[in-house]
Amino acid sequence: MKPSHSEKINKWHDLDDFKHTQFVLVGQPNCGKSTIFNEVIGYRSITGNFPGATVEYTRGHVNILNHTYDVVDLPGTYSLSTSDQAERVSQQYLLTQRVDMIINVVDASILSRSLELTLQLMELEIPMILCLNMIDEAERKGIHIDTKKLSDFLGMPVVETIASKGRGIKQLFWEALEAARRRQKPKHIRGNLDVEEIITGLSRVLEKAVKPRAYSAHLMATKLLEKDPFFVGLIKSAYPELSRQILAFRQKLSRSHGRSSDEVISFERHALSMSIFEKVAVISRPRISWQDRLDRILMHNIWGYVGLVLILMIFFNLVFSMGRFLESPLITLFDRLDGMAESYFGADTLIGVIITGSIQGIGGGIAIVLPYLLPFLLGLSFLEDIGYLPRIAFLMDTFMHKIGLHGTAVIPAVLGYGCNVPAVMATRILESPRDRFIAALISTMVPCSARMTVIFGLVGYYLGGMAAFGLYVLNLVIIAFSGWVFSRILKEATPGMMMEIPVYHLPRIRNVLKKTWFRTKDFIVIAWPLLIAGSAILALTEYFKLTESINQMLHPLTGSLGLPAAVGTTLIFGVLRKELSMLMLFQALGTSDVSTVMSNAQMLVFTVFVIFYIPCIATIGVLFRQVRLKGVIVITLFTFLAAYILALLTRVFTGIIW
Amino acid sequence: MIEVLTLDQIEADQEVRVVRVAGGRGLRQRLNKMGIHSGNSLLVKRSGIIGGPILVHLQGVNVAIGRGMARKVVVEKIK
Repeated sequence: MKPSHSEKINKWHDLDDFKHTQFVLVGQPNCGKSTIFNEVIGYRSITGNFPGATVEYTRGHVNILNHTYDVVDLPGTYSLSTSDQAERVSQQYLLTQRVDMIINVVDASILSRSLELTLQLMELEIPMILCLNMIDEAERKGIHIDTKKLSDFLGMPVVETIASKGRGIKQLFWEALEAARRRQKPKHIRGNLDVEEIITGLSRVLEKAVKPRAYSAHLMATKLLEKDPFFVGLIKSAYPELSRQILAFRQKLSRSHGRSSDEVISFERHALSMSIFEKVAVISRPRISWQDRLDRILMHNIWGYVGLVLILMIFFNLVFSMGRFLESPLITLFDRLDGMAESYFGADTLIGVIITGSIQGIGGGIAIVLPYLLPFLLGLSFLEDIGYLPRIAFLMDTFMHKIGLHGTAVIPAVLGYGCNVPAVMATRILESPRDRFIAALISTMVPCSARMTVIFGLVGYYLGGMAAFGLYVLNLVIIAFSGWVFSRILKEATPGMMMEIPVYHLPRIRNVLKKTWFRTKDFIVIAWPLLIAGSAILALTEYFKLTESINQMLHPLTGSLGLPAAVGTTLIFGVLRKELSMLMLFQALGTSDVSTVMSNAQMLVFTVFVIFYIPCIATIGVLFRQVRLKGVIVITLFTFLAAYILALLTRVFTGIIW
Repeated sequence: MIEVLTLDQIEADQEVRVVRVAGGRGLRQRLNKMGIHSGNSLLVKRSGIIGGPILVHLQGVNVAIGRGMARKVVVEKIK
């Protein structure tokens, strides 16, 4: 997608209908854009207290006085010129799509740095409003902002909000609507005179040569001096004759300031932001907070790691014991239902087969998946919202370098424990394509919550918690090894970590619950119907004796791993959704007590295979967008091979010790 | 004579001023967008003994900078 220069110009001219006014939320990472978006649209955009929680834009509609307005939530971006993929989405959107109103969200507690983006957005000459979010956090840090003064200074409305508590959001949209109606553009703020002189000089050249323009000449001049790839590319393709002149202006700027032109521009903006900040804010002594005290432990050179292990152990234990506590009574209940249906409809009739099959499908979801899935997703949401993920990234940076990545790559990997799909998408917060590929590979190897239900529901349930824990450790070792192997093949050096470590926020219960529901819904709406249909289909294929030929086909695989032939079909279902492989197992083996048909060793071999083999359909889909066909083929083959070898080793190993 | 130090050599709780960034445009821009330019002062909050990133504080924000990059940031101590 790269709409041309002239398309953008056309978009600018049909602003007459207000029906589809586009409000666009823009801001630096982790300032609360998605929280505001969700507050007006309903929960649609996953939020979290770490930079890069949103990597794609989300669109929604809001109704104000019988008019529908579009609201777009863009990924956070530090600057309008940028290198990372998620940030580029925002830059592309702002520069090429129709935008009627910019809602610039800033974290008020870091206003001075946030203004650097604000100044760049103002150059777009689009009506704009400033949203001072987390105003409570700013006060706590001892930053008191004079909003009236700031508003006069920037020439745009300024509204204070606390999005996490829903405060000020209504007013924000009212004011935004008003400002959009007035079509009031922000002020031109100019910095240091001698820098400004050179920008103006280049603007004049552009004004004459570039016609028509979708962007102000001043913006183009600034961005060309800053060597922004988008504008450099635009000039190169449409006005190559200007290149020489631009170069001359850059040299002039760099000579007069003793540093390269892009740094001069960036520094100027920085200085300007600082000076605006100093004019509008009064700073008093910050209160030393529990947040600072907590970080003294959780980011400590030694205690930090102890804390990390403890937190993960507690998390693991809670999920496991809660799941186990719920699983057995629920299984008994559904077994009874199943028995009742069988005796009522008869075990051999077609209708009986379909109904019992469906009951097993429903039961599998309620009794085996949800008991583990719910506490897990709750816990993950909690860790995300409190802001622990960036700390994990900080602590793990050294280790990630051993496998050729850096700390930031931990974030997609941790998200992978929830679901591999957002994990693969989150690799966009990494800068280099090579890092993104390796991170995508290891993220797909992370056992997602679907595979967790297999680990807990099967191995954990029958072989005990230690065995389940052991599988997680084995998985980590294999992931580290795979990362190491691929970083040796793709030798390019990783650019290294650069990440903002945000302040802890006490998670808001409502938000944690909504997010958990949002993710659980994915299981209920997509996986469950598939599961029920799958159960019924499997029951039917068995009824018509079709399963055998499939199982026969997969016999070389299942046979060599020492698994019952009936397992074959379940592995095919597992590619659709990983939890299906286990739930179908009950169906295929005709019992919900697997231990009567499979030995402990067989369960272990089966689970090891399921953890590693081929990403599920949804993950393959998102991988395709992220690493292209070649990447998908490499990852699929690699994970399949790894799964087979590890399962085979497990078979041999368990054969020796049991 | 001013001692030439790089950011990775600074111990915790020391305030420093960035003298220059001895790296390419990519590194410079990544630092710039976090608000770090030559001339700015930073507070080093944490510096791992076993490697790992350096945690610096500026403009009210904590930023973790990988050790490899920190090695290219030339700084001077502020008393």
